[in-house]
Amino acid sequence: MTTTTANIRAFGRATQGCLLEALSLQALGRQVRRLVQGVLIPLIAIAIFLGLWHIGAKNVQTSLGQLPGPIQVWQQAGALYQEHRAERVKEAAFFERQEKRNAAKLAKNPDAKVKIRPYTGKPTFLDQIVTSLVTVAAGFVLASLIAIPIGIACGMSQTLYQAINPLIQVFKPVSPLAWLPLVTMVVSALYVTQDPAFDKSFVNSAITVTLCCLWPTIINTTVGVAGVSKDLLNVSQVLRLGWVTKTVKIVLPSAIPMIFTGLRLSLGIGWMVLIAAEMLAQNPGLGKFVWDEFQNGSSDSLARIMVAVVVIGLIGFLLDRGMLALQRQVSWDKNAVLR
Amino acid sequence: MQVNNSTPPVSAGRRFSRLAAGLTLALTLGLAAQAALAEVGPPEKEDLKFGFIKLTDMAPLAIAYEKQYFEDEGLYVTLEAQANWKVLLDGVIDGQLDGAHMLAGQPLAATIGFGTKAHIVTPFSMDLNGNGITVSNEVWQAMKPNVPKQEDGKPQHPIKADYLKPVVEKYKAEGKPFKMGMVFPVSTHNYELRYWLAAGGINPGYYAPERGDITGQIKADALLSVTPPPQMPATLEAGTIYGYCVGEPWNQQAVFKGIGVPVVTDYEIWKDNPEKVFGMTKEFTDKYPNTTARVVKALIRAAKWLDDNNDANRPEAVKILSQPNYVGADYEVIANSMTGTFEYEKGDKRALPDFNVFFRYNATYPYYSDAVWYLTQMRRWGQIAERKPDGWYMDTAKSVYRPDIYRKAAEELIADGKLKASDFPDFDKEKGFRPPQTEFIDGITFDGTKPNEYLEKFPIGLKGNDKV
Repeated sequence: MTTTTANIRAFGRATQGCLLEALSLQALGRQVRRLVQGVLIPLIAIAIFLGLWHIGAKNVQTSLGQLPGPIQVWQQAGALYQEHRAERVKEAAFFERQEKRNAAKLAKNPDAKVKIRPYTGKPTFLDQIVTSLVTVAAGFVLASLIAIPIGIACGMSQTLYQAINPLIQVFKPVSPLAWLPLVTMVVSALYVTQDPAFDKSFVNSAITVTLCCLWPTIINTTVGVAGVSKDLLNVSQVLRLGWVTKTVKIVLPSAIPMIFTGLRLSLGIGWMVLIAAEMLAQNPGLGKFVWDEFQNGSSDSLARIMVAVVVIGLIGFLLDRGMLALQRQVSWDKNAVLR
Repeated sequence: MQVNNSTPPVSAGRRFSRLAAGLTLALTLGLAAQAALAEVGPPEKEDLKFGFIKLTDMAPLAIAYEKQYFEDEGLYVTLEAQANWKVLLDGVIDGQLDGAHMLAGQPLAATIGFGTKAHIVTPFSMDLNGNGITVSNEVWQAMKPNVPKQEDGKPQHPIKADYLKPVVEKYKAEGKPFKMGMVFPVSTHNYELRYWLAAGGINPGYYAPERGDITGQIKADALLSVTPPPQMPATLEAGTIYGYCVGEPWNQQAVFKGIGVPVVTDYEIWKDNPEKVFGMTKEFTDKYPNTTARVVKALIRAAKWLDDNNDANRPEAVKILSQPNYVGADYEVIANSMTGTFEYEKGDKRALPDFNVFFRYNATYPYYSDAVWYLTQMRRWGQIAERKPDGWYMDTAKSVYRPDIYRKAAEELIADGKLKASDFPDFDKEKGFRPPQTEFIDGITFDGTKPNEYLEKFPIGLKGNDKV
């Protein structure tokens, strides 16, 4: 190889290198911009919000003391966690004492009946979060099991839709607080067993959640099913597919995005309804926590209620993102933009 | 065919096991006999749920739980706060709660049928005193000029309702009905508020249950209505009521928040009056006598702890009560009334060591005379529609208040060595009636053995054969 060729090659490689470098710099720039937009800007916005909250709260004096700012709320969050740990220690001590007492009883009389009973102390904030999640899950699953079949049926049959639609429209706007007394009375009358598996308050809250979050799922499922592309329906006619196969292979997959939109809306509404239902039904979850703190009227109450508000919001957000991830998994159109 | 009908010969092993069985049986019977000699056996029902309302005088329940006095008796208790007195009473009646912190009037009213009818009994009195009457800031400003002052310029106590009367007249003249709150139609607060108002010449209204009128506002100068205790400060602030009678911490809460002024405590209306009791259904006490006695044992120990060493344990008790699952109010608010003081006007804190009495002065003994007082007040305001003979008062008191169960529990505690006989009244001599009590704000003497005579002494109130 002559030196000229070698030089030209070297020059070419250098230019390539520079070009590549330039291109990757561009890519880097895009990465940085994405980072700034996606992470830094929201962080700055949150910081500004916290600052405004802190300053604004100082100026508001309620009868329970100064409105809590972000610092007090953070302190109370810590306090709630400490209380949880303290209660767990008490629980451990309780079980120890119970074991000792049972052992002593058995030592005196080997045939004596001994029982391991659950802890008699109060549910902590973290326990209440779990109770709320379980209740909303129960209500939501029940609602989905009712709403999706009805939605599919309505979507496939115009007559059925015309029949049920007025009922849906009338029941949709009813507030959970209006349903609750009726639900309580009916459950009291019908749910009578000596040793109930579920607390009445749990059943009341779950059913109220169901009654309020049925409707978005029904409506969206109906629309999704009714909106199946005509081409696909023609294909099913041509292939002479049976009713069941048509539903499972063509209608459902095509309607999944709308169904999931409905489910997401329902879950969001269900979570909001749950807090109100718990307050009235006294189900030991976050709603009851807020109500009890308000009734107690201690100087920490407002800050603790705010901790509950933040936690409720965060959980609602996570539930929504969870449903979104599920939707992405199940949806056949991977290119569809899902927010 | 030869059928062998005789029993097979008993082997040595068989004989020995029979002997052993016989000995064990004898031993068990002997032990059982000994157990029967002891007063209280093991509890029949170990898992119990008790209800309470968020007031500082639920303290004996909280202490009995936290200090493990219940567990010492083999009882596993869950304490559950109730939304209001009606829910609590219904809970006990329909069995969801095994027992509850109750107003002294509730077992009586339930047994005679005013409100839901059920035979409720009480073997334990939870405390004496503990209530206050608070009025709004405007009403206090209007009242204050009427109240005589001490040398240091502070209002002279006790403040009688005589000084409120001109204010009520003024409000009536302006067309504003003078509304006040209390916690329940058969609550101690209702009767104390009425007693205080009537002593000052203000008519608090009558009930006419036979006509279906249970608002208690017939012919009233001051209109009394029911509000749950935790909501009272808010209702006062909103201006819906101009004053209320309630237990702690709701009077001190009004002072702390600057929305009202407590003017008088029930200690000043009737010194050492019975306040709360621990109520259970008669069915429960009959079905589970050992459990009942053990519950009372634990509660007696808790009450003693609260008053021990001249109230030395009160700060610790306040710390427990300020937990959100018990009373939940701030430590300072609860301490204000439970540690020997009571704050009236903001800054006017006075020594009142007996504001809450849990064990002193035989506070835990369920005296029949206490029951009779409440029954007389029910008659005075028309909740009992017609005249009843003295014997009726005695019989009703005896069917609801159970000093016999108290005695069993107390004697067991003395036998256990946990308490001394000097801590209790002399059970052999005690008839269940306190000697005639004179320390009322209007000076009228109460003799529990003569209820109808007592009713005749009041200027305002039904007496004799009066009907509303």
